[in-house]
Amino acid sequence: MYSPLTQAQRQAMLEQIGVARIADLFQDVPEAYRYPALRLPPPMTEMEVAEELRALAEDNETVRDLVSFLGAGAYNHYVPAAVDAILSRGEFYTAYTPYQPEISQGTLQALFEYQSMVCALTGMEVANASHYDGATAVAEAAVMAYHIFRGKRPKVVLSPALHPHYRETTRTYTQGSPIVYVGDDLPPDAAPEALLDWVDDTTALVMVQYPDFFGRIYDFTALAEAVHARGALLGVAVNPLALGLLKPPGEMGADIVTGEGQPLGIPLSFGGPYLGMFATRKKYVRKMAGRLVGQTVDSRGQRAFVLTLSAREQHIRRERATSNICSNQGLMTLAATVYLSLLGQHGLRHVAELNYHKAHYAARQLAALPGYRLRFPETPFFNEFALHCPAPADEIAAHLLEHDILAGYPLGQAYGEAFRDVLLVAVTEMNTRAEIDLLVEALGEVH
Amino acid sequence: MAAEKVREPLIFEYTSPGRRGVRFPEVDVPTAPLPTELLRSTLPLPEVSEVDVVRHYTRLSHLNHAVDINFYPLGSCTMKYNPKINEALARLPGFAHVHPLQPEITVQGALRLMYELQESLKEITGFAACSLQPAAGAHGELVGVHMIWAYHQDRGDTRRNKILVPDSAHGTNPASSAMSGFQVVEIPSDERGNIDLDVLKAACDDTLAGLMLTNPNTLGLFEEHLLEVIETVHAAGGLVYGDGANLNALLGIAKPGELGFDVMHLNLHKTFATPHGGGGPGSGPVVCAPHLADFLPAPIVVIKEEATDELPPLYGFATPPKTIGRVKAFHGHFGVMVKAFAYILMMGASGLRQVAEDAVLNANYLRARLQEAYHIPYNRICMHEFVAEGHWEDAPDVHALDIAKRLMDFGFHPPTNYFPLIVREALMIEPTETESKETLDAFVEAMLQIAEEAHTNPEVLHSAPHTTPFGRVDEVKAARDLVLRWGDRPR
Repeated sequence: MYSPLTQAQRQAMLEQIGVARIADLFQDVPEAYRYPALRLPPPMTEMEVAEELRALAEDNETVRDLVSFLGAGAYNHYVPAAVDAILSRGEFYTAYTPYQPEISQGTLQALFEYQSMVCALTGMEVANASHYDGATAVAEAAVMAYHIFRGKRPKVVLSPALHPHYRETTRTYTQGSPIVYVGDDLPPDAAPEALLDWVDDTTALVMVQYPDFFGRIYDFTALAEAVHARGALLGVAVNPLALGLLKPPGEMGADIVTGEGQPLGIPLSFGGPYLGMFATRKKYVRKMAGRLVGQTVDSRGQRAFVLTLSAREQHIRRERATSNICSNQGLMTLAATVYLSLLGQHGLRHVAELNYHKAHYAARQLAALPGYRLRFPETPFFNEFALHCPAPADEIAAHLLEHDILAGYPLGQAYGEAFRDVLLVAVTEMNTRAEIDLLVEALGEVH
Repeated sequence: MAAEKVREPLIFEYTSPGRRGVRFPEVDVPTAPLPTELLRSTLPLPEVSEVDVVRHYTRLSHLNHAVDINFYPLGSCTMKYNPKINEALARLPGFAHVHPLQPEITVQGALRLMYELQESLKEITGFAACSLQPAAGAHGELVGVHMIWAYHQDRGDTRRNKILVPDSAHGTNPASSAMSGFQVVEIPSDERGNIDLDVLKAACDDTLAGLMLTNPNTLGLFEEHLLEVIETVHAAGGLVYGDGANLNALLGIAKPGELGFDVMHLNLHKTFATPHGGGGPGSGPVVCAPHLADFLPAPIVVIKEEATDELPPLYGFATPPKTIGRVKAFHGHFGVMVKAFAYILMMGASGLRQVAEDAVLNANYLRARLQEAYHIPYNRICMHEFVAEGHWEDAPDVHALDIAKRLMDFGFHPPTNYFPLIVREALMIEPTETESKETLDAFVEAMLQIAEEAHTNPEVLHSAPHTTPFGRVDEVKAARDLVLRWGDRPR
């Protein structure tokens, strides 16, 4: 089907090779194991596969079929049509990593623009060409901080308000290494400064989230100063959409900024592919993992772009590389770049404000319901908030699903009994006032 | 220095204050006060219209080579054609607009797709269990090596701190092993391109955790002593990791699980025809033998309630009992899984076997036609790829890089060059099964002309490429200046 050889051509090619049959090409495969039975369904035509997968897709209820207030690290946003129009160009999506710059300037320049936009959003000096997602970007931050101190500071402090998946991923990544993780058994009510109890001369990194997993926003300026005073680094995992509105971590003194780029024009797609953002100070650029595009010129005097500082990477350093990353999220960086180009600073601020105002409207209405209150009423938040409910949150969510509402994420799943009755509610520009009012009405009927 | 010429400005350079590429609705709820002390002042993003954006990125796209344009024989990268239907299917609203934390009952179609993809990959590779979570090949390697570590720890066999890696291996293999805290020991290749058995045997002691083996290896050769290699490692108590980067050669030809591998990653973006996206996203599922199944990263998809006469099975997520843990947020690159699953359905068993046969046939055909003009150091029947030397004793100034750049003038992407490291001036050529004999012949003609030019007119190689939109790019200047974002000044 996708192989254009004809039988006559195959025969001619075998003759050129000097063998009689195709099977003669596989003589090195131990005979007893050659040509095993493959129990798969018979081949289907494109038309049949399209129907089969359409049926599977229709077995899912989408966030567009339902009324969704589900967030917790992945958000339902509007993606302008031009984003997918560009992503659908074969010149972009059927290219490989741009190792040959003379015929890859499209990908390289787009990556350079992406790096520039990540720096602008985060207030940092240098950004790489992506990690797999927000979770693995945090893991790479921990590994980088450990190497910046040449292993002399083995401790990494994780905020309990850092996404549970990010913390778990980071621990998995570095199993077998001397890095130890502390801090995230603190109650999530604690202010970020409580993490300082763990910061001493064996601490490499303090990792917080902005907005945090509960949607809260803190100014980390004082935390950064205190962390630096003890010789450690501050890492901040961000929702980049919030940075359309909020002070960037770079202005607060962050040393590493990671992020989940999904809100920037990438569909939910049941959890991936998303986009791991990573930025840092220029002085750490040689310790940073991942690909990096730099500006240069070609032999004709044209401005050009090329993968640079590759001596950091696995294909050169092999076992001495600090990360094994090779494939990254190339096409997803293009989505974010096109999205940010379309919106610009004013558009991004507008979408961020829509998220902010709608979430605050929802929070006010819900907190006014009998039996409901905000779990963190004193702390500013962005587009997500923790709602204390009059019954276990998973039961409430299950009840609202009967009304075709995804009410949010029951926090007891990740934070145990103390958060059994707390629901994490996300509101984006996709939620109309009528939807919010519907949520309020439905929750109001639960006592 | 003369001013640099600009072929296509940066998107930032199109800015005209006040322009916007898209508008969003006005706020429809009462507004709340903004947290004034937490607001940002400026954000230097482009201010452009939609037409500016679309034209800019369309023009950039014209500066790329891609599989959709022409032959892309990049060794070990399996740049096969990416079927268009798969792109359409991954964008179905029922897949694209599903949240990863929705209740399982609302995502039965997605879970069933993942379950059946797990089952298909197990069947194709001959393994007992599968996790779809890893995001890319190297990510799968990290998972596999962590599983090997966890397996030995679980048995109380804590002295095993050494992973063997052949000198022909991809750089991610030693890097992944080192990330897991293992000591990496390199094993040389013998004169036929196989792993050196004597050195291997000497390295197999009671500190051995495992061997990472790419088979076919990066020379494109099937390991001639494969069963003995695996037995040797197993006899010493080690496990064998299979790097699945080169699985395209073995689809329907042999099952790595039956050959004795313990754990392996697959590259859906190579073998199973999902696009490379200019560097990603990939997808690197891990498959393993029964004794490692409990260590797989969580979650995996299982049938929670078997089908009844009235009801289909109920699918859900499960956590393997001794899991190494999660390796990314959520469940993996679902959008990529959709494409790979559609591909497997279309190919079926017979189609997949045809893929391997044609991929191997194409590679051997190119090898047979190029062997007179190019030195092929391990010249025997190859699998899906082979490695030639881009260098001649009687043309000492010509290097593999010159050949690579000259090939661009003929409209071809060059082969992988300078890898594997064990071949001098390596040109690693992988045609894949989706190329016609006509394309291969045109490539051969170009390669033969280049070999001729190397001896008669080497300057045309040194100054190549000539017909591409860009000439050779100054990598040294990039590393020296470190201009890494718009507005950076050269150091």
